[in-house]
Amino acid sequence: MNKAALFDKIESEQFRKEPAKFNVGDSVRVHTKVVEGDKERIQVFAGVVIGIRGHGLNQTFTVRRISYGEGVERIFPTHSPRVDKVEVEREGAVRRAKLTYLRNRIGKGATLVPEKESRGTKAKKAAATAAAVAANIAAGSAAPAA
Amino acid sequence: MPLGLIGLKLGHTRVYDRNGVATPVTVVLAGPNRVIQVKSQDKDGYSAVQLGFGDQKIGRLTKATVGHLTKHGVKADAKGENGEQLKLASVKKIKEFRDFSKEVKTGDFLNVDIFSVGEFVDCIGVTKGRGFEGVVGRWSFRGGDMTHGAKGWHRRSGAIGCRLFPGHVNKGMKMPGHMGQVRRTGQNLEIVQVRKEDGVILIKGSCPGSEGDYIIVRESKKLGVSTKRFADLLARRKQAAEEAERARKEAAAKKDERKTASAKKK
Repeated sequence: MNKAALFDKIESEQFRKEPAKFNVGDSVRVHTKVVEGDKERIQVFAGVVIGIRGHGLNQTFTVRRISYGEGVERIFPTHSPRVDKVEVEREGAVRRAKLTYLRNRIGKGATLVPEKESRGTKAKKAAATAAAVAANIAAGSAAPAA
Repeated sequence: MPLGLIGLKLGHTRVYDRNGVATPVTVVLAGPNRVIQVKSQDKDGYSAVQLGFGDQKIGRLTKATVGHLTKHGVKADAKGENGEQLKLASVKKIKEFRDFSKEVKTGDFLNVDIFSVGEFVDCIGVTKGRGFEGVVGRWSFRGGDMTHGAKGWHRRSGAIGCRLFPGHVNKGMKMPGHMGQVRRTGQNLEIVQVRKEDGVILIKGSCPGSEGDYIIVRESKKLGVSTKRFADLLARRKQAAEEAERARKEAAAKKDERKTASAKKK
């Protein structure tokens, strides 16, 4: 067996059963297992993925959030058994691989990157707008469409 | 040297345990090792086992080596299905291991399964050559300032002696020179995994040498399975595990008590 295949074999045994699917810019909720004394519980770290580095077993991703007015970043090994699961709350539309520019931002722009407008979300948005308009019309108000 | 194998350093990766602790490991291809010769106290004046590792074309070996191998039962004229000359198996790198603790005979093949997880080994190899290296690289001297007006005095060592007394530089003074490419032993490295089907062991931490270098993996001199320190370590670990288990049970019992008490109150 050649070396690369051997390393693949050793590492792939330790990969997550269900690979976490997310991209840079996504708002995620990372569920981590925390051991306190002899008890284990799940802790959630919610924020924006600002970078993914490495590959295979060595892959890690960085999540940034604003906690009590202070920016906090945590680096998670993607395949660590302590990372229980990664939920994607909303997909971000970004044009960078590393979102270090978020560190210089304050306010709302620091916590949210623009939402990705895939075909699915566009359709959803359109549907939501249409529904809102319909509701407005039904209510008899002349509020502009969102 | 009670037990040992000749191997090949393949590279590094990491291994997660159940608690998510990542352990850096060196992947070592060790085996199969052929027992070429068994030396005995009576016949040779000392007891040792000669092991061979790595396949080699017969033409690439010296005639002396081939003679030695054939004398001890390695078939030099092994032919493949189409009549082509086969490589000699496990003969490329030959090393002797003194006082081998496992009973072996000539012609045996040793595999990684002579070691098991949790044991400690020493890894012997030749470190990476660094060439002629200055004092900052070779001895971690601080050197001088890079800025603050420093000029031409950045990576120097400073003074190396006194004056008329003693009149010479002390022996062993740390100076620039050749660094690396020397035989070194990494001691007391834990075995994290033994993968018999791949012929590979994963050893915690690093081993001397670069990837693709031969290394010797032997039972640790200080922490080997037969040493008292290893037995003590196992005993300590066992005790700690038992204590943890007892604490866990006590906590669970207390919790139950509280539960029943609160249930009674209600």
